[in-house]
Amino acid sequence: MNHEGTMSLASLTFRDALDKIKRGEISAADVYRDLDQVVEEKNPELNIYLTKNEKAGEQGAAMSGLPLGGLPLAVKDNFCTRNLRTTASSTVLDDFLPQFESTVTTRLAKAGGVVYGKANLDAWAHGSSTETSQYGRSLNPRNTDYLPGGSSGGSAAAVAADMCLAALGTETAGSIRQPAAWCGVVGLKPTYGRVSRYGIVPMASSTDSPGVLAKTVEDAALIFEHLAGHDPKDATSSTQEVPKLLEVAQQGVEGLKIGYIYHDIEGLDIVNPLLEKELEVLTSLGATVEKASAFDPHHAISVYTIVQRGEVSSNLARFDGIRYGNDRSHFGDEAKRRIMLGTYTLSKGYADQYYNTAQKVRTLFIQDFEELFKKYDVLISATSPNYAKAIGVSEGAAMFGELEDMLLEPSSISGLPGISIPYYRNPETNLYLGMNIVAPMWREDLMVRVANAYEKATKWNSWRNS
Amino acid sequence: MLDSKRAPSSFFLYNKETMSNKITSDQVKHIAGLANIPVTDQESGALAEAFEDTLAVVGQLQSVSVEGVEPTHQVTGFENVLREDVVEEDRMFSQEEALANAKNTHDGFFVVERIIDES
Repeated sequence: MNHEGTMSLASLTFRDALDKIKRGEISAADVYRDLDQVVEEKNPELNIYLTKNEKAGEQGAAMSGLPLGGLPLAVKDNFCTRNLRTTASSTVLDDFLPQFESTVTTRLAKAGGVVYGKANLDAWAHGSSTETSQYGRSLNPRNTDYLPGGSSGGSAAAVAADMCLAALGTETAGSIRQPAAWCGVVGLKPTYGRVSRYGIVPMASSTDSPGVLAKTVEDAALIFEHLAGHDPKDATSSTQEVPKLLEVAQQGVEGLKIGYIYHDIEGLDIVNPLLEKELEVLTSLGATVEKASAFDPHHAISVYTIVQRGEVSSNLARFDGIRYGNDRSHFGDEAKRRIMLGTYTLSKGYADQYYNTAQKVRTLFIQDFEELFKKYDVLISATSPNYAKAIGVSEGAAMFGELEDMLLEPSSISGLPGISIPYYRNPETNLYLGMNIVAPMWREDLMVRVANAYEKATKWNSWRNS
Repeated sequence: MLDSKRAPSSFFLYNKETMSNKITSDQVKHIAGLANIPVTDQESGALAEAFEDTLAVVGQLQSVSVEGVEPTHQVTGFENVLREDVVEEDRMFSQEEALANAKNTHDGFFVVERIIDES
C-alpha cells in the first residue's frame, strides 16, 4: 500500500504494469515513484541493491513507448553496465566503472527495460546464499530470519520484495533457480548458449547462463524473448531461432509426457511428498506423469565442483589490479579456496584424476538425459532439497552451495534449460518450495508450457492470487 | 542397471584419514604462489583443511566407470566458430577508456611492477 492507501504499483506483475502503461492508465513515472518508496523503505534491512541507477526514472520515462515500457529491473551486479559501478559483490571491483555494456543489458535497453539498480550476489557468483558477498548478505523478504539463496540472491529477493518488476540473474549450476525457489518467485535458466555471456563477469564459462527472475512465468517468458538470440561477441551463443515463449506458454500441457525424477534420492522427505501431490495437478490438466530413474545427482556435485573450480581459476586470473580493480589480496575466502583448488586439480599429475574424469562423467549425464528425453517431454524434481536455510549457515562450509544445488547441477553441466516455480508455501514460516522443470536443449517452450499451466491452475504464486 | 546410477550410500560419510590426498600447508603455499594469491601462514592451514574436505567429496567420482567415455568440454556441439578478420570498431576502447579504471598510469600507459631482476 502506498501513502494514498491504494495498491503500490511496485507490486504489479511486469505484464500488468506494461498493459496499464500501454493503455495510458499509468505512466512509467508513477511506477518509479512507488518503487522508489518501497526500495527506500526495505533496502536498508534487506541489503539488496549495492548501487542504484540514479537516472533510472528519467530513462524509464523516455523509453515507455518501447516493448518493455520503460519498466525497471533489478540487475545482478555481475553484468557490466557502462559507467555504472559493477562489483560482482567483491571489493576487488569496489570502484570498477565498466567502459562497455553487456549484450544482455544492451538488448534490455533496446527493448525498453531499465536497469533500476545492481543487485547483491555471492561474491563472483560463488555460492548459494549471498553470504560470500563482501558487501554483506541479503535477507529473504518472505522471512528475514532466512537467506534468499544465491548466487542471484539479490535479484530473487528484489522480485519477492516488490523492489523491482523483474530481475536479471545468471546461473552456472542453480544460481537462478535455487534463489527463485527460496524466495517464492519464478526463475528461468535458458539453454546454455541461448543468451549471450558477453560482458558478464565470468565464473565457469562452459556453464554460465544468463536468465530471468520474475513474479510470474509469463513475465519471465516475455523478458526472455528480448534477451535471447545469437550474439557474434559470444562464440558459444547459438544461431537457433528464439521461440516466442510468451505465446507458446499458453498452449497447455494436454498430451505432454512428464518424468518425475529424484523421487528415490535420500534426504528429500520434506519436499517430495508435497511435490507428488502437486504433480496430480498436471495429470488433471491432461499431462501424463510417471516416475523416472535418472543418473545419481550426487555425482554431479563432484563433476560440477571440479569443472567449476578449474574454470574459475582460469577466469579469475584476469583480475590483476593493473588494468582495473584492486589487487588479488582483496579476494574473499571463498574465491581464494576456489581459485586455488582449481589450480590444484588442473595441475600436472592431477588433471587426469580430477578434471578429465569429471568431463567424462559429464558425458554420462548428458547421455542419461538424452535417453530420458526419448520418453519424456520434460523432467520434474524439487528445485532444492529443503526450504531456505537460516542466516549464517553457509559460513565456513567449503561446499555449501554445491550440496544445496545438487538437484540442479545435472541439468546445468548438461547445458539444459530449466525453470523453477513455487509449488508450496509453509503457512508457519511463510517460506516457499520450488518445482524444477527441465527440458531438452533449446526447448524452453516445453518447460514454460508446463510451468504456466501449473501456475495458473494453482494458488502458490503470490502475485496471481493477491 | 538402476544400481549403476547410484552413488554409494556413504557418500558424505567420508573418512579423511583414509584419503589418498593429504594436503600440507606447504602444498597450499606452493599452489597459492602459482595462483598469485597472497596467503598467510594462518590461512594456509585452514585452506589445507578446506581442500581435503572438497577433495574427499570429489574423489567419489573414482567410483564411476568412465572407460571408453569421451569427455565433454562444451555442450553446444558447435565447431570452429569463425568471423571475418576485420577490425570491429564498436568493440574497441579508446586509450582513455582503456585506462579509465587503472590505479596507476603514466603518460598514457599502465604502470606495472618490475618482474625482471636488475642484476
